[in-house]
Amino acid sequence: MVMKRKVLCLALAALMVLGLLSGCGGSGAGGGQGSADKGDAPGASGEANDGGKVLNIYVWNQEFQEKFNANYPEVEKLSNDKSITYLKDGTEVHWIVNPNQDGVYQQKLDEALSKQASAPADEKIDMFLVEADYALKYIDPDVNVALPISQLGITAADVPNQYKYTLEAVTTADGEIRGLSYQATPGMLVYRRSIAQAVLGTDDPETVAAAVADWDKFYETAEKMKAGGYYMYSGRADTYRVYSNNVSAPWVDGNTVVVDQNMMNWVERSMKDTQEGINNNVPGQWIDEWNKDMGPDSKVFCFFLPAWGLDVCIKPNVEGTNAAQDWAVCPSPQGFYWGGTWLIAANGTDNVSQVKDIMLKMTSDRDILRSLAVNNGEMSNDQPLMEELAQSPDFGIDLLGGQNYIGVLSDAAASISLANVSPYDQGCTEEFQNTFGDYFNGKIDLEKAKANFETAIGERYPELKSGGVRWPE
Amino acid sequence: MPNEKKIKSVSYAKWGYIFILPFFLTYAIFSVIPLVDTIRNSFYEYYYSGLKAIGPNWVGFANYAEMLAADLPKYAWNTFVMWILGFIPQIVVALVLASWFTDARLKIHGKQFFKVVIYLPNLIMASAFAMLFFAMFSNSGPVNNILLSMGVIGEAIRFMESTFGARTLVALMNFLMWFGNTTIMLMAAIMGINPSIFEAAELDGCTHIQKFFKITLPQIKPLLTYTLITSLIGGLQMFDVPQILTGGQGAPDRTTMTLIMYLNNHLQAKNYGMAGALSVFLFIISGALCWIVFKMNTDPDPDGSKFAAKRARNAAKKGGNA
Amino acid sequence: MQNKKSSGRTILAHAVLIILAFMCLFFFYILIINATRSHAQLQLGFSALPGSSLITNLMNVLNDPAIPIVKGIQNSLIVSGCCAAIVTYFSALTAYGIYAYDFKLKHAAFTFIMAILVMPTQVTALGFLRLITNMGMDDSLLPLILPSVASPSVFYFMHSYMQSSLPKELIEAARIDGSGEFGTFNRIVMPIMKPAIAVQAIFTFVGSWNNYFIPALVITSKNKQTLPIMIATLRGADYMNFDMGKIYMMITIAIVPIIIVYLFLSKFIVEGVTLGGVKE
Repeated sequence: MVMKRKVLCLALAALMVLGLLSGCGGSGAGGGQGSADKGDAPGASGEANDGGKVLNIYVWNQEFQEKFNANYPEVEKLSNDKSITYLKDGTEVHWIVNPNQDGVYQQKLDEALSKQASAPADEKIDMFLVEADYALKYIDPDVNVALPISQLGITAADVPNQYKYTLEAVTTADGEIRGLSYQATPGMLVYRRSIAQAVLGTDDPETVAAAVADWDKFYETAEKMKAGGYYMYSGRADTYRVYSNNVSAPWVDGNTVVVDQNMMNWVERSMKDTQEGINNNVPGQWIDEWNKDMGPDSKVFCFFLPAWGLDVCIKPNVEGTNAAQDWAVCPSPQGFYWGGTWLIAANGTDNVSQVKDIMLKMTSDRDILRSLAVNNGEMSNDQPLMEELAQSPDFGIDLLGGQNYIGVLSDAAASISLANVSPYDQGCTEEFQNTFGDYFNGKIDLEKAKANFETAIGERYPELKSGGVRWPE
Repeated sequence: MPNEKKIKSVSYAKWGYIFILPFFLTYAIFSVIPLVDTIRNSFYEYYYSGLKAIGPNWVGFANYAEMLAADLPKYAWNTFVMWILGFIPQIVVALVLASWFTDARLKIHGKQFFKVVIYLPNLIMASAFAMLFFAMFSNSGPVNNILLSMGVIGEAIRFMESTFGARTLVALMNFLMWFGNTTIMLMAAIMGINPSIFEAAELDGCTHIQKFFKITLPQIKPLLTYTLITSLIGGLQMFDVPQILTGGQGAPDRTTMTLIMYLNNHLQAKNYGMAGALSVFLFIISGALCWIVFKMNTDPDPDGSKFAAKRARNAAKKGGNA
Repeated sequence: MQNKKSSGRTILAHAVLIILAFMCLFFFYILIINATRSHAQLQLGFSALPGSSLITNLMNVLNDPAIPIVKGIQNSLIVSGCCAAIVTYFSALTAYGIYAYDFKLKHAAFTFIMAILVMPTQVTALGFLRLITNMGMDDSLLPLILPSVASPSVFYFMHSYMQSSLPKELIEAARIDGSGEFGTFNRIVMPIMKPAIAVQAIFTFVGSWNNYFIPALVITSKNKQTLPIMIATLRGADYMNFDMGKIYMMITIAIVPIIIVYLFLSKFIVEGVTLGGVKE
């Protein structure tokens, strides 16, 4: 029964795409490229792919929603509970928010996508957002849930200023780009000026940068912090991305999970730092203790964050306190990125032209991108603009006591590579941190932690069970 | 006369079927069909990889074997440990309180108030209660704050990072949610005991302790057994509290992962084969417990359980009227 | 001597009761205090006195589109209300069918229900989910309500109550007066069953209000979620919802209405516990 439904769904989905392509042909640059090789759509049901009254967007938090509401020129007003944005042409943008953690967002999205073909026009997903950790799962041409931007009538030439890696990350084997991003997410070290003053004698970013220039220097400084009664950083999850971004191969090879040597380096180093009190032994991120470590009463020196972290993580915890401007940034001892949000047009959308307009404006309109940088502390996806702002003496934000952080980031942005991501990154990342958490707490030994990781992966991704987990020698 | 009655009952028989039809129809649709489907799935390899379905492929008992070999015994043990840690204090405290509440010689002020308060946690949404405990007992939460500021401890206790701590918290919540309920059940049973037995014992110079162990306990033994079994079935279903307290991780080291949490993981991952096999295991265990309950409720009273249960209910009803 | 001993016991009993009552109430006290404090105040540690952010927290909760709690309360009310009505009516109906009529399968039917009296619903969750998906009922409130037509434990309770409080002569008399079978049940039996129905309606309502496992598997869209699902999403604190004041406020909203209703009906409920001896 289920199988039958699935076949039916796939057939319907295929029909829809064909219908979409043929529909686009007349309306402009639209489906020109796509429709040629796929041929005509026999029996396409004449389903409208444009002009739907409701635009459904799947997101995992309100970050993009707020940026959209504040910047997209067609926005007219919001509903009282902010769950609906009304556009000037009468279209309603419905925001469907599900948390990322434990794969909830993906479960809900998967469920909705599987019903995409049979859903009434106003309930179809028109656009959804993905993170680097699982982007590959959704842009897979075989799964065919993400429309190539070429089918919306967007070409790479329309977005010449975007950081190349943000396009490469969502370019599939068939050469199609299936998503656009409004941000670049290189990481940096965000530190507390007052603690730098107390321990290093200065809060000057250049000097602090020198004191954390590489891991050796970083740990020299960490010893000083410890001697002064401070913690260098909050917990092992903070350094996780710095290690996981500098691995030599993706998490999954075929159906085998491959644990990189660098991940074991992270385990070893985190254990040492936890035991020696270099970090504050906070068990994770997005939890109360982590927030407290960013708060005004904290003894934690620094955090590893991308630009969005300033606005999303630090600011809410210090707003209106004496630590509200007690921050500065410098390069991390080792380059990393974290997150990265791509907008993806859902296959089967009935609002093609609106989705196209939103994707283009939000990711390449210079005024909007400038506003994101200025008002939200965003590292916007516009390389020339960022280079210009990096040089601008009056571009500084209050949280950092007026420091211009773009300069710190623009070098890092150029060096980001997403070559080593896999569709399983979110699961591997969460389970790796969870299972080794017990090891850091001294509850289990290393072998047990490894065994638990293998169990957890098998449970979460049954298809990887047969391949097992390969640990470094 | 008996003849006439028979004729009458025959003519009304169809109404009996009509009246019980909705129940059985619903049960067939929403429980029997799913049960058959669950059992069927347990013999297949069938799951989703991302958005793609793998299977169903017939694998016989492979799912069962895999589950028994690795995980199932561990999670069954976890579930049992957390249940018993909560159940022992629950039954002990309930017995003591019930005997106090029913002791006419013991003047307890605000008896009604205490009854109302101890029953209160039973009505609380378990998920909200667990979320509350998570916030309270977090490393920088109010409980640690209070203990630190009173100087009881030097540094924050990391409750949820040790097996003992996490299991104890789960057990504590189960205890708090159920001891009031059990107290009130046992009270009714104790009130059902013929008062003349106590009077006779008092004339013989029995102490409170003796009365409790020699009269009360043996008299309410059937109800105690009944409580034990139903609580065991409740324990088997333990999910909300550890799931939310540990965020579904069963942390630390999967020592608070219960059977139903494990089932939930497979259901969420859409791994129908393994979820099916696990469900069948659960079905067998609950079937055995159901059978005990069934015997206790319907047998012509081999151990006096039905009698006691009925008496407990009658007593409660009387208590209600008084 | 006797007196002294008994006063010692009295003191002990009071001490134990006060400790237990403290344990039961302490957490709710902290909850309510914390719900009145802002995130910044909470960051500074615990204080025994309430803060001034009650209204702010409340407004933050009510205006959070990520967790539409008003909608959640509505959904929970619908599901719990319908369940309470359906459970009591159909359980009484089934019990009456078996109590009042003689038919061939009567004993088989009774035995069957008794056999499944305490069978957990979780064991068939997998098949249940697949079934409702095939029926097109996934992500709707219906599958949370409909199965409650078959509630063995409530049936058992109703049946016991009929045995003690519903004389069969009454049914005969109604028939002689020309009352139809359904009419008799609705107009004569149901009013007699009122006390039993009230007790079971309350317990069913509370049970359904607090139910988490099945709804979390069935419901996928935000505006159909019931309260426990929303509370559970707090545990996976995502980017924007780490305002602890808000989290305490949401827990308060989930818990306090039930407490208030309970305080009004407490005597009735506490006595009802023993009436529904097969609960738990």
